[in-house]
Amino acid sequence: MKKQLKGCQIIVECLLEQGVEYVFGYPGGQIIDTFDALYEKRGQIKQILTAHEQGASHAADGYARVSGKPGVVIATSGPGATNLVTGIANAYMDSIPLIAITGNVPVPLLGRDSFQEVDIAGITMPITKHNYIVKDVKKLAETIREAFEIAMSGRRGPVLIDVPKDVQQAVCDFQTVAPVSTKISLDETQDFETAAKMIDEAKRPYLFVGGGCVASGASAEAVALAEKLNAPVCSSVMGLGAFPSSHPLFAGLVGMHGSAAVADTLGKCDLMIALGARFSDRVAQNRNSFMAGAKILHIDVDDAEIDKNVRSHAHLKGDVKAVLSALLPRVGRKAETAWASEVASQAKKHPFRPVGKTLCPRKVIECVRSRVSDDTPIATDVGQHQMWVAQSYRFERGRTFVTSGGLGTMGFGMGAAIGAALAAKKAPVLFTGDGSLHMNLNEIPTAVKYGLGVKIFLFNNNVLGMVRQWQTLFYGGRYSSTVLNLPTDYEALAKAFGAKAFTLSRNEDIEKVVGAALETDGTVLVNCIIDKDDMVLPMIPPGKAMGDIIEEI
Amino acid sequence: MKNKHIITALVKNHSGVLTRISGLFARRCFNIDSLVVCATENPELSRMTIVSDTDDAVAEQMVKQLEKLVDVLKVRELEDGSISRELLLVKIKLSAAQRPEIESTCNIYKAKLVDLSAESVVVELSGEPNKLDALIKILEPYGIIELSRTGVTALERGRKSIND
Repeated sequence: MKKQLKGCQIIVECLLEQGVEYVFGYPGGQIIDTFDALYEKRGQIKQILTAHEQGASHAADGYARVSGKPGVVIATSGPGATNLVTGIANAYMDSIPLIAITGNVPVPLLGRDSFQEVDIAGITMPITKHNYIVKDVKKLAETIREAFEIAMSGRRGPVLIDVPKDVQQAVCDFQTVAPVSTKISLDETQDFETAAKMIDEAKRPYLFVGGGCVASGASAEAVALAEKLNAPVCSSVMGLGAFPSSHPLFAGLVGMHGSAAVADTLGKCDLMIALGARFSDRVAQNRNSFMAGAKILHIDVDDAEIDKNVRSHAHLKGDVKAVLSALLPRVGRKAETAWASEVASQAKKHPFRPVGKTLCPRKVIECVRSRVSDDTPIATDVGQHQMWVAQSYRFERGRTFVTSGGLGTMGFGMGAAIGAALAAKKAPVLFTGDGSLHMNLNEIPTAVKYGLGVKIFLFNNNVLGMVRQWQTLFYGGRYSSTVLNLPTDYEALAKAFGAKAFTLSRNEDIEKVVGAALETDGTVLVNCIIDKDDMVLPMIPPGKAMGDIIEEI
Repeated sequence: MKNKHIITALVKNHSGVLTRISGLFARRCFNIDSLVVCATENPELSRMTIVSDTDDAVAEQMVKQLEKLVDVLKVRELEDGSISRELLLVKIKLSAAQRPEIESTCNIYKAKLVDLSAESVVVELSGEPNKLDALIKILEPYGIIELSRTGVTALERGRKSIND
């Protein structure tokens, strides 16, 4: 049925078409109309008002990571739009579907440096899959529909739509259209035979699971392939959860802070099968020597990732789940060999070591793990705490680890936890550091206000721990700008924001305090006091090879 | 190993497309020698011709990264031996006495004199870039006042097209 609607109503109708439940955002002069239209539909779409647009962008990102659906963030022009930039870049680097809608000054005022005018389409061009400025209301509906399709198709990612205020106010015909389901098509004519032959000929294959496995929901297929080949499995940070950590073939994390057992055994494999991974510099630190002794079979949805960082010997393009479904029947089962058990025994020999003297962050993480369900979203900020979680939290499912992998955004976690909580409909855990938390603690009251019950475990060492670790190892211990010396009283802070607080400073109290914190209703901040010189180990120094791993200092 | 690659792309003809493409090249550190945008038989589409002296792996990345842009409809790298042409306009210092000499040089190159003044001439030449280079070298001793080249535009030989 055709009806006459204003542009702002068309925006909201299009969000309804797509089944959007939440919009994260912050109003302002040039987006009032759209918020007014959202008010009309407040029974169907819930507005989550954050403290800052950056928090809203991370919340939309966290929502998308956990739900698999696109996150929607709405902001005003100028500073509202620029505050989204970090969040959009973060989503872009981790291939997270995000729809960012910004207001802008009316079309006749564009290009005149009007109040709160900024060329957000120009600014976000390198960090979006695509973006638009819609200057004609008649094009608005088709643009929004196309934006959702682009965000969700192929390799997912953010799309921005900039809508000048007069376009939000202009009226045109509107007709509801059912959303296009983003079909997953697979090129069946690809060279599956070469890939299958390579696998069949391999004596010591290794699976390398990346974020593409999470995005495509390929856990079952990855497990099936690993079991059929009796192949050990390593994971990038982005891939964690796609392959269950409890599976006997799971060897652990690969990369700069990956497990020593993985670093050691990867050198002995003769075929690496990469499933939705892009060989970033945090994995293939020295891309010329990476896996030099082995063949690489690269499976990825993005053709441009093939041979971008590391040359592959064969590749298959497409959604990882679809490719694996087609590949599995073509490969032969491998008998149980010494290979898988050799990797497993190495993993036993090289566990991640306890950290610190009085309170071990790893033990806190393990205690949380033992007390929450497999589907609890685990958000992090960026730094040492993030790597300890990646190493020691035994993820069992995809879409539970909510972390900034590619961009490494300190200040991501608090907003992301809010989005994750709404998507999972359960209380998430946030592991953070004192540096990261101070970048976005303005969203603690947002979590409290919406009753999301975020359990915040703050690893407080009073320093910027990861940078300090590099200064210790590579900069002669000159701690330039990494000693925080913050006066923050965390118990008072939590109380002021309506959250509850605990303090944890000794290993002996972990069970008691973690248990009490997790059982407390509402948002909780646990101030875990750790030593400033605790390090994330093992570590492969930047640009070095796996053999250069530092296991202890 | 570096060698010359010619990449041709059909793109949507609207504002911002050139920015998207040049921005992509800049941020991915793709060096290009020339980028030419022109109209096509379809008013909704433009054609871009990009020349880059780079190694094969980078050229492959250029094509794949271009393919990811929503506004880019078709991309391909042209085969060696494709027809490539460039237009040169060059203004040189010249007295009336030197004119016959220049005319005979232009005849050899099939270049045209398209403007004359008491102290200068403008020479026009189209051809493959190395032919333009050669003419410029010959004209240099007279004193080049200024010159402008269009960059390379190219098509494949035979029946096939980018639309196939």
